[in-house]
Amino acid sequence: MTHAPSLSPTSAAPTTAAGFFRRFRSAPSEPHFAKRVQFSSPFLPYFFLAPQMAIIFTFFYWPSVQAIQSSFYLEDPFGFGSTFVGISNYTDVLKSTEYLGIARFTAVFTAVVTFFSLAIGLLLAVKADGVIRGNATYKTLLIWVYAIAPPVAGLMGMMLFDQHIGPLVKFVALFGWDMKVGLNYTDTATAMIIVSIWKQIPYNFIFFLSGLQGIPVSVREAALMDCRSGFRRFRTVILPLLAPTAFFLLIINTTYALFDTFGVIDVMVKDKAANNPITLVYKVYMDGFRGNDLGGSSAQSVILMIIVFVLTIFQFRFIERRVHYS
Amino acid sequence: MQRAKLFDHVILLMGVFIMIGPLVVALMTSSHEAADIHRNGLSILPGGHFVETYQTVLTKQGGFTGKITGLRMMMNSLILGLGFAAGKIILSMLAAYALVYFRFRFATITFWMIFTTLLLPLEVRILPSYEVMNTLHLTNTYTGLIVPLLASATGTFYFRQFFKSIPDELLEAARIDGAGPFKFFIDVIVPLSKTMMAAIFIIMFVYGWNQYLWPTLMTTDESFFTLVRGIKQILLVWVGSNIPDYNEAFALAILAMLPPVMIVMIFQRWFIKGLTESDK
Repeated sequence: MTHAPSLSPTSAAPTTAAGFFRRFRSAPSEPHFAKRVQFSSPFLPYFFLAPQMAIIFTFFYWPSVQAIQSSFYLEDPFGFGSTFVGISNYTDVLKSTEYLGIARFTAVFTAVVTFFSLAIGLLLAVKADGVIRGNATYKTLLIWVYAIAPPVAGLMGMMLFDQHIGPLVKFVALFGWDMKVGLNYTDTATAMIIVSIWKQIPYNFIFFLSGLQGIPVSVREAALMDCRSGFRRFRTVILPLLAPTAFFLLIINTTYALFDTFGVIDVMVKDKAANNPITLVYKVYMDGFRGNDLGGSSAQSVILMIIVFVLTIFQFRFIERRVHYS
Repeated sequence: MQRAKLFDHVILLMGVFIMIGPLVVALMTSSHEAADIHRNGLSILPGGHFVETYQTVLTKQGGFTGKITGLRMMMNSLILGLGFAAGKIILSMLAAYALVYFRFRFATITFWMIFTTLLLPLEVRILPSYEVMNTLHLTNTYTGLIVPLLASATGTFYFRQFFKSIPDELLEAARIDGAGPFKFFIDVIVPLSKTMMAAIFIIMFVYGWNQYLWPTLMTTDESFFTLVRGIKQILLVWVGSNIPDYNEAFALAILAMLPPVMIVMIFQRWFIKGLTESDK
């Protein structure tokens, strides 16, 4: 997850509980004793660990505990202390039709962005892997967008979908679609989804291509002899071998759509969230910073933490078991 | 067979068009005048005002307080990118070294405490993080901008994995020669990790440069704005103007994407290696 660097590039840093699981799958029982020989010193390891631990405690554990704590309190709007309210922040949030609507949109948004960015990334990777001439050039040109920050991508989207000068608005107008990004809910959602997919394609492309290039020539040649149909060969031989990559990307893309698209959304809705589609993370931000609802925002944070946690565990336990590892 | 190849190229060219097209349009349009863009729309051909627009964007004082220039924002972005990448490498190499090369009592619990940070992204704890920064008086400082972003363990795991792949014989040999933990780290581990460090540095620089949410929260003083953070401000200033400064907005977008795109392009091989191998 990108939390942190996830390297999503920008977000792209893969963050990477998925990578973590993958790496340690083989020996989960003894994660630490990597070396037969080790130094032993009573205080030196703590000395080396101190900077990292200090930062994790201050900027990870402390705020996380605070989030959980303040989700059970109601903050006085004028800053005169707070009252313990039990789980009422949670029940308020979960009963709110607005919140449930945003949750529904987030689910659709995440599913659509994940599906299309994976599908297009895979298609381009398969084609780039297949051609010999120009292979390197295609690769270079296709990965540039990885380096662009989500809000910058959002700005480009605003331009391309601009009411006066946007070529994409003019293009869809040819088909009778009067697109009003920023005013019409569905139109804004469409533009947000397109920009978010565009931004994530290079990441998936890089991983699929490196997965494809890792498939041994002998396997490909054997497949070629057994099966003339290119599509069937792809489906029965290549795709199963790509499954681990695809699984890893599924997790990364889900987290990308949930969290890293914040910049795209923030730029495209420009603080006017009222009639515009937003995701759960954006709602946490709006309630906490614009609405000053500390308790409600914290309760939403905790709900998100649980979603991320469950998603990671679920994907790891359930989906990975069905994936074939060579 | 020949036709199939042609079809492959058509798909790839369409892909390139979709991915690169918007970037070309942004670059070309930024060299036209705002009024011209307002009248004629976006452009795929260069206009005559390239130098002028970029000069304005880099040196004109703007924003709400009228004090921040593009150059200043660029410098802030650079500080964030470099500071983040360097901090990440130092912290994670030290921590990974302790985890891999030392036998100590709280190794297991330390390991899991670091690992847990991978499960929860910054985005789910933004408000409490902001409160903590307020308590520590770190808002509107470079420390506040950089250090909290380091609170994730990605780098630590990359290095841990890498250190585990270093043959045990090196440590045995070093110990026979009488090398202690510090000497072994500096004379053996650091030189062996050079490629790994470079790859992670590149990835982390791009990641730091592109940060948006955290700088948005942490900086209200415009002199700390990064380019990526500034994008939002530009859009806000636009609303309400008769002829929006499309050209300047595009120029800023180009400036914000230029360094990371250049780095990815120049160090493509390292970049892809760092990205794909560290995650496997």
